[in-house]
Amino acid sequence: MNSAKSTVPFKGTPEQEAELLKVIEEKKNDKGALMPILQKAQEIYGYLPIEVQAIISDNTGIPLEKIYGVVTFYAQFSLYPKGEYTISVCLGTACYVKGSGDIYNKLQEKLGIAGGECTPDGKFSLDACRCIGACGLAPVLTVNEDVYGRLTVDDVEKIIAKYA
Amino acid sequence: MENITVKINGVELEVPKGTTVLEAAHMAGFEIPTLCYMKEINEIGACRICVTEVNEGRGFRLVAGCVYPCSNNMEVLTNSPKVIASRKRTLELILSTHDRKCLSCVRSGNCELQKLAKEYGVEDAGVYDGVKNEYEVDSSAAHMYRDNNKCILCRRCVAVCSKTQGIGVIGANERGFKTYIGSAFDMGLGETSCVSCGQCISVCPVGAIAEKDYIQPVLEAIADPEKVVLVETAPAVRAGLGEAFGLPIGTNVEGKMVAALRRLGFDKVFDTDFAADLTIMEEATEFLDRVKNGGKLPLITSCSPGWIKFCEHYYPDMTENLSSCKSPQQMFGACAKTYYAEKMGIDPKNIVMVSIMPCTAKKFEIGRDDQNAAGVADVDFALTTRELGRMIERAGINFLGLPDEKFDEPLGISTGAAVIFGATGGVMEAALRTAIFTLEGKNVIDIPELRGTEGIKEATYKVAGMDVKVAVVSGLANARKVLDMVKSGEADYQFIEIMACPGGCVNGGGQPQVAMGIRNFVDIRAERAKVLYDIDKAMPVRQSHENPAVKAIYDEFFGEPGSHKAHEILHTSYVKRKVNEI
Repeated sequence: MNSAKSTVPFKGTPEQEAELLKVIEEKKNDKGALMPILQKAQEIYGYLPIEVQAIISDNTGIPLEKIYGVVTFYAQFSLYPKGEYTISVCLGTACYVKGSGDIYNKLQEKLGIAGGECTPDGKFSLDACRCIGACGLAPVLTVNEDVYGRLTVDDVEKIIAKYA
Repeated sequence: MENITVKINGVELEVPKGTTVLEAAHMAGFEIPTLCYMKEINEIGACRICVTEVNEGRGFRLVAGCVYPCSNNMEVLTNSPKVIASRKRTLELILSTHDRKCLSCVRSGNCELQKLAKEYGVEDAGVYDGVKNEYEVDSSAAHMYRDNNKCILCRRCVAVCSKTQGIGVIGANERGFKTYIGSAFDMGLGETSCVSCGQCISVCPVGAIAEKDYIQPVLEAIADPEKVVLVETAPAVRAGLGEAFGLPIGTNVEGKMVAALRRLGFDKVFDTDFAADLTIMEEATEFLDRVKNGGKLPLITSCSPGWIKFCEHYYPDMTENLSSCKSPQQMFGACAKTYYAEKMGIDPKNIVMVSIMPCTAKKFEIGRDDQNAAGVADVDFALTTRELGRMIERAGINFLGLPDEKFDEPLGISTGAAVIFGATGGVMEAALRTAIFTLEGKNVIDIPELRGTEGIKEATYKVAGMDVKVAVVSGLANARKVLDMVKSGEADYQFIEIMACPGGCVNGGGQPQVAMGIRNFVDIRAERAKVLYDIDKAMPVRQSHENPAVKAIYDEFFGEPGSHKAHEILHTSYVKRKVNEI
């Protein structure tokens, strides 16, 4: 079995944990407490790795699997942190017909991660996004605030190298 | 309760308000097929196989019969062309993503999906074939594997794990077409706090989860002339095995089972019941010792390895309450490889100890630490009742035509107190029979208040001027309730029997699967338990301390119950685990 535990080392602080425990304490006896606790936890940590889900499980008595089931059900929750550089590839219609799917695949291959994940060194995370309104430049990707357009698969390596 | 009138396929009947369409149809003599529905445990109306046409005055429409409540003057059609067409399409859709390796599937012949596909004449199972998810088989646990390629997402396993057992190590991950049943962070089941009870296997309608099969190495051991292959059978096996050969639920097949094991080539056919009697001697002694010497109370039984693992994970602060007695399976193996080996002049290394158990957790238990009295594993292979059924079938033994045979001596000698270990309350009843005799010299045999399938029973006995408060618990969600009460001081029991599976071992995770369509209406726990109480009633000796073979083993070998030697061989230790080992 390939575990979905994040390969990015967990860097949670005692302050974050104290904040999360306070949230759990406030909400744990409410009906349907899990969703609000998870939303707060994601606010505190930015994502919901096993370490955070285990804190929630240990302090609410909710089985870890149940928490993981909810986290993987809703797209709003992430198991992976955002990297120092977030690469977003537009898979909107215009970009897609211009080949952004191949660019997205190439990025996954080069970075060694799947969409939604973060590289173990915490440098890059990769996401697919919908139309960013730059169809004239299709296919388009962004790295944090930088926009790259009229791309080919061969541009991928150069872009990564620029930030590495 | 208010009654309402419904008309099912033209048959008019009165049913209590709140009755579902499925239940009303059953009363009228029509069975509605189900795949996800488990009465009171999984009432989610998800699989849509139970769709039924109902008319509540606004014309007929399809509803999920398993959860839809009847209304007054409702008309129901359970077999209309529209119903049949809908069920057939649902089956085709389920089959479109199902790994249809039916030929050699462990469930072939008693698969609920296969049965429906046949009944509904699903000729072209591949009609909706398209993209399929491919899953790796999870074989990380000691007792079972999960092959999600065969999973139909009915969620029965999920419901039984979280609701009946209060554990919840499996659940639905992801969503939509990507949904699959698994554990958190895709950990293998063996990495989680799964207790190995196997209740999930008992309720799976298909072959997506099954016990790990050890028939082949057992056959190889039997074929090896160097090896002395001994077999022991747990009490509950004789109450369940017949179902694998089409006999009614609740048939005693002890004699045929012994005959079949002999014909399979085991050198000696022994009975775990012998070790159950031995357990009583050791556990009753331990109990009295703890009471007299201010030891940790309540004492909690240790026969059920699913319960033991549950305690270690979820109540690690209570492992001192567990009896240090090995389970009967392990005590048996320990005696076979020490006492019996010495008596017969066999090197314990040449003994292959096989157990037949209604249980999957026994497969985990044989690999535990501190279960090797003779320096080798007490038990080498733990097979389930189902595996024994398959072994007999494969060997071409005509089970139903077998004569009734008797267990071999001396380790096949047992009492009525031992055979009831297989039903919830049995261990407590057996222990009290011996404890009351030891303390007061009185023979109290039948203790009816400890019998029956309720999940939590309690009673108080005045023994030797002392109030002994006992509880009997089966099903781990019930165990949670009782343990929480003990921890909070709300309950002050001295002695608790806990069995992981609801109803005890007769309903163990290794027993033959009974289709949910039957289980929803028949209490298999009670039917099978009755077999054991009937055997007990007919036994000439019904108290463990009267077992002549048990007396002999103490005279010849252990000295007395609780002796140093008995502790070395018959007792064990526990570990403290975590719920979330990350």
